Amino acid sequence: MLLRILRRTGILLASLVASTVLVFAFMAVLPGDPARVALGVNASDEAVGQLRREFGLDRPLAAQYLSWIGGLARFDLGTSYISHAPIGPQIADRLMVTLWLVVTAMVIALVVAVPLGTVMAMRHRRPSGVLLSALSQVGVAVPAFLAGILLITVFAIGLGWLPANGWTPPDQDPVMFVKQLTLPALSLGIVQAAVLTRYVRSAILDVMREDYIRTARAKGLTPTQALRRHGMRNASIPVITVLGLQLATLLIGAVVVERVFVIPGLGSLLLDAVSNRDLIVVQDVVMVLVLAVLVVNFVVDLLYLVIDPRLQVSSR
Amino acid sequence: MSGQRVLQVEGLDVSVGRRGLLHDVTFSIDRGERVGLIGESGSGKSLTGLAVLGLLPEDVHARGTVALAGVDGNLLELDERRLSHIRGREVAMVFQEPMTALNPTSRVGDQVAEAILLHRRCSRGEARRAAVELLDQVALPAPAEAARAYPHQLSGGQRQRVVLAIALANDPELLVCDEPTTALDVTVQALVLDLVVRGVTARDSALLFITHDLSVVATVCERVLVMYGGRIVEAGPVEEVFRRPRHRYTQGLLEASDLEQAQEHTRLRTIPGSVPPAGRFPAGCVFRNRCTHATRECETLPPWTGPSPEQGYACFHPAHETAQVGS
Amino acid sequence: MSRIDPGIGAAGEPLPVGGLPRRRAGASLLVGAVLVGLVVAAALVSFVWTPYDPTLVDASSRLQTMSARHLFGTDKFGRDVFSQILVGARTTLFVGIVAVGVAGVIAVPLGIVAAMAPRWFAEPLMRLLDLLLAFPALLLAIMFSAVYGGSTLVAMIAIGIASIPSFVRVVRSGSLQVLSTEYVLAARAAGRRPVAIGWRHVLPNVSSLVIVQASVAFAIAILAEAALSFLGYGTPPPVPSWGRMLQESQEMLFTAPRLAVFPGVAIAVAVLGFNLLGDGLRDRYDPKLEDRR
Repeated sequence: MLLRILRRTGILLASLVASTVLVFAFMAVLPGDPARVALGVNASDEAVGQLRREFGLDRPLAAQYLSWIGGLARFDLGTSYISHAPIGPQIADRLMVTLWLVVTAMVIALVVAVPLGTVMAMRHRRPSGVLLSALSQVGVAVPAFLAGILLITVFAIGLGWLPANGWTPPDQDPVMFVKQLTLPALSLGIVQAAVLTRYVRSAILDVMREDYIRTARAKGLTPTQALRRHGMRNASIPVITVLGLQLATLLIGAVVVERVFVIPGLGSLLLDAVSNRDLIVVQDVVMVLVLAVLVVNFVVDLLYLVIDPRLQVSSR
Repeated sequence: MSGQRVLQVEGLDVSVGRRGLLHDVTFSIDRGERVGLIGESGSGKSLTGLAVLGLLPEDVHARGTVALAGVDGNLLELDERRLSHIRGREVAMVFQEPMTALNPTSRVGDQVAEAILLHRRCSRGEARRAAVELLDQVALPAPAEAARAYPHQLSGGQRQRVVLAIALANDPELLVCDEPTTALDVTVQALVLDLVVRGVTARDSALLFITHDLSVVATVCERVLVMYGGRIVEAGPVEEVFRRPRHRYTQGLLEASDLEQAQEHTRLRTIPGSVPPAGRFPAGCVFRNRCTHATRECETLPPWTGPSPEQGYACFHPAHETAQVGS
Repeated sequence: MSRIDPGIGAAGEPLPVGGLPRRRAGASLLVGAVLVGLVVAAALVSFVWTPYDPTLVDASSRLQTMSARHLFGTDKFGRDVFSQILVGARTTLFVGIVAVGVAGVIAVPLGIVAAMAPRWFAEPLMRLLDLLLAFPALLLAIMFSAVYGGSTLVAMIAIGIASIPSFVRVVRSGSLQVLSTEYVLAARAAGRRPVAIGWRHVLPNVSSLVIVQASVAFAIAILAEAALSFLGYGTPPPVPSWGRMLQESQEMLFTAPRLAVFPGVAIAVAVLGFNLLGDGLRDRYDPKLEDRR
């Protein structure tokens, strides 16, 4: 068990280092020079030269890389080429906003998908189950930003119940915060729920066919009891895998939904940086997103250990 | 046949869609009796076992009656709720595949204790102690430790003993075993068989033992039912059926597994042809397309010949018609 | 509809308590094929005929509702929405085909090699691909756009690269199965060269997996393209694209919500079509999947 955790931690660290190299190399092989890109084609050579010196872009790539990851390790993400403001605090603020959105969406997805997927599995032969299954298939085909537009049309414009866009921090005005969070979280959450529902359904169908469920029923458990006591834990293993992957997609999917609802999250920061050609900010945001995905994967792997006793022993 | 009747199956028909899987299956088992149900793969043995527990899959339909001592009404007509009170208490089952029969994420002791808690009023602690006691009865070494183990920490034979402990937990009137030793090593088979027999004898439970292995039936059972093509084609005391089989199928089955004779003939006799897929058996005598003695007469269903459903055969051309036994 | 496996019961195995599996593979395949066919037909038709020039700006016919003259109405520039949807299908399919093509051409050989190669090569390769999974299509495309500016080509390549890891995984696990079969072992024992085994035995046998995966990847590519165009990093104007139509509709939601409906439905139909097609093909090629106990 300990060996496994150590091994996983090692993989996480190696992946982190490898991904910093990947991201850095990607941004470094750009045609042209980031200072020139940032200042535009009309900038004078002196201005470009000055910016290059200021940000150390005249140093060799290896030195630039080392100072970048050295900064990362100290949570110092450098300063923007454009605004000359430190990037770290900015990313931290924006990350909080995106996390609110993503975590709320995930909770919505779970609350909808687990019961619905279970019902679909238990009725997979009946018309109601088949209908739900077909509906979920349609849900999977709707991109989150489309769901957002539809929700705005109905609930903001049509019924006028909720604001169409905007963001208020929770400590400023909790009521407004909830109102403005609802539609974006729903548009991300419902689409994820459709995907998750299908995985819950197939995980439960698989489990229901297991011999130990039959043993449980032979003991005197009703089908529902057997599923609850012996199926759920086993079915949760594949579902957690998907949850981890989904959290990664949600983080990225939030980029588009933030644009739809004009929310100042990490995605908006990324998009603004791209259109301002502020490449160091792009590099940092991408790194934070990738880091988040890697950490989620790591946590998922640790969860397996908690859930599945077979893993706890096999490498003891 | 004396003693108290525990299980009475009458005219059991099982079908999927329009395809019949079991036809007119009739038999009974008395208290303390050990009955074997033999036949090749696809003969319908396992279905019979599942039907007795009401564990048939959703879209499989059963007609007929299955009556169990101490239970009012036909088991086939009870709802899931009533059935769940009966399963594990009046009737229990041991399945073929021990490797997958236990929940991998739950401790073995808890899985045994659950069977007790479901049907008895007792505390969690009492159930746990009873579970350890049961694990001891099925000869698991260090039962207290075994109770804390997860299934993957036990061998196949040990897991099958845990499944047996679960089945015996509430002293069932009837124990159904479906090929409980087929998946086990030969060395472990004898031990598990012995535990099954001791378990039912100690409780005076009835046993329905499903297998394709004639030697297992010979060691475990007193009576035998021979099944082919979803029908019981012959029944009787083990001694008699094995010594003087009447149905041509039983005869073929015995010859195919008779090692002494095999040595004489230097090669194993087999039944020609193979078992048709479920529901695709010929009309009339189900065995006629593989039987060397079949005539036109066999195109109609042979009637049951014998004093009772517990003893007799369904064949127009039975073996050992006269006293002289084959050359 | 109710297909029952004749093997069950005949094999003498206890029937699964969950019941006999029943498949709707036929229905998935049919509906999927019809929807994909619809999109393909729209794209093909757009080559020879559209009611109007989809890029034609006509101030005199702005924001018209649905009518016989403009089947889906017109947008704020007076462009015919129906014509844009037809040509948008072309864009969508083009992006999908190139992205999936890029992924397939790289991933299929890589997957087979990863299955046949020794551990010291295959293991790091798979780890690297796992790492690539942390860069979803959208993120990769935004990164590419930051560097090269938004264009259809950039979007297609980014989406293609992002679908490589899962493609390789599928091909690799399929290849490993093929490699463990008796006839491949026999071919190996007979001294056939690895390249010949990969080409003659493995590739034909994983082709069904590749087709299924391609269908699924196609659906993902359509979603990614739509999102990118919505953000303004995909297909640049004036080429019609469903994603950008949606983006343009957003400011008109108060006055003309229908402008969001048509491209929205088009995207959903295309994605649903390819997803169902993939599901249907998977069930057809590998009945065991639904059927295993």
